[in-house]
Amino acid sequence: MSELLQFLLSGVTVGAVYALVALGFTIIYNASDVVNFAQGEFVMLGGMITFFLHAAGAPLPLAAVIAILATAAIGVAMNKLTIEPARGAPVVSLVIITIGVSILIRGAAQLIFDKQIHTYPAFSGDDPIHILGATILPQSLWVILGAVAVFIGLWLFFTRTLLGRAVLATSNNRLAAQLVGINTTFVMTLSFALSAGIGALAGVLVTPITMVSYDVGLALALKGFAAAMLGGMGNPKGALVGGLVLGLLEGLTAGYLSSQYKDAAAFIVILAVLFFMPQGLFGRKSTDRV
Amino acid sequence: MLLVEGLRARYGRIEVLHGIDLNVDSGEIVTVIGANGAGKTTLLRCLSGVHPVAGGDISFRGESMSKVRSWHRLGRGLAQSPEGRQIFTNLTVEENLRLGAYLFADDRVEKDMEDAFQMFPVLKEKRNLSAGGLSGGQQQMLAMARALMGRPSCLLLDEPSMGLAPIIVSQIFDVVKGLKALNVTVLLVEQNAYGALKIADRGYVMETGRITMDGPAEDLIADPRIREAYLGI
Repeated sequence: MSELLQFLLSGVTVGAVYALVALGFTIIYNASDVVNFAQGEFVMLGGMITFFLHAAGAPLPLAAVIAILATAAIGVAMNKLTIEPARGAPVVSLVIITIGVSILIRGAAQLIFDKQIHTYPAFSGDDPIHILGATILPQSLWVILGAVAVFIGLWLFFTRTLLGRAVLATSNNRLAAQLVGINTTFVMTLSFALSAGIGALAGVLVTPITMVSYDVGLALALKGFAAAMLGGMGNPKGALVGGLVLGLLEGLTAGYLSSQYKDAAAFIVILAVLFFMPQGLFGRKSTDRV
Repeated sequence: MLLVEGLRARYGRIEVLHGIDLNVDSGEIVTVIGANGAGKTTLLRCLSGVHPVAGGDISFRGESMSKVRSWHRLGRGLAQSPEGRQIFTNLTVEENLRLGAYLFADDRVEKDMEDAFQMFPVLKEKRNLSAGGLSGGQQQMLAMARALMGRPSCLLLDEPSMGLAPIIVSQIFDVVKGLKALNVTVLLVEQNAYGALKIADRGYVMETGRITMDGPAEDLIADPRIREAYLGI
């Protein structure tokens, strides 16, 4: 019993990271129908920048805030320099651009930072908390809380604010959005900033547990993509649930089968979702009438 | 109110508007009629700023619009209800209307929405439903209501009758006619020449990117060339 609980707890922690990556996917997808495969690099940048600022003597909270803001700025630059000039191109081309940007960021990180694996101290110490015979690190609680807070924030943003609805409107019909007075260029800038900031936050929170190096982004992007697909692309609730379910599947696979198979869980999920329910768990069937 | 001089526009290298001159005075309903492909929709897209202008000038209430981005034109009072409705299918009817008043955050938004529901009662019944599930006529009503939520002084209406049953078309034209009482000036682009000329004060006839005739609507209805080419009488 305590063994199962242990697998579940580690699954939820990993799942919360996937959920944060998936939430990042959700925002840009909602604004532009583009799946941004550089999302994992934002996570990497969050961890790497925090580590190097901290190593240079900055207090950890300050380093974290700067890392999140800097990554958000990189997200905006990515939009201005690569996505905006290609406006009007098919979505597939834009997705390929994001893959290119992800390779570029990974290469630049390798040059500017280094190829080592880094970590920094956990926020609230390393003493595990015991629950019914299982243990969880305080840092895991930070990750889970972070994912839940971002989810609630985004959910309120998309459902309760006019600006949030403007983002949804822009993805649904850019022409009409312009005609009702929405500055669609700003909406894109905003969603890249938000998305990159959320990715960086995930990196900041998870680095004390999983450590960070220049090449962690790709795997995170793929897992986050699987989570977003499982939940239904574009739906914040789906991103959260998809991330957690995927994390739990991985935790259980690693625990009961073999940790060598844990990565397979994510890709089996992608395949199963694409084959049997391409809309995901919470995705809306589109009901357009002409 | 709206003055267009020598307007040119192109798609790629192909010029589709070859110097359009037209004007709309405050309080008028002016229609531009013409066949499919004459350039009517391109004209409206240039006016609302979603298609680049290649030459000539558009001025609205004395201000040149050539440097004004599309999302600022609505703030100046120029709204467009686009061809093919272009509603936000993933949002509810009410959310569509609220976004129509995106530029505003005051008490009048609520009042304007009530007015819109009064104008189109069927939208009130469906206010919480996804706009993608509305019928074609209801979507057209929503598109017009959404444009009116932006408090325009001049409404550009693109083919409101397209693909709709005759009874719905006459309902829509009645609403357009009623906009006069609300002090909204209308530029109506239509293939349904007879319906449009009947509610308009003046009309322009457009053929392959040029204005070929213009005059008071009743004169155009009576003109034998128009009757033959556009009214099928």
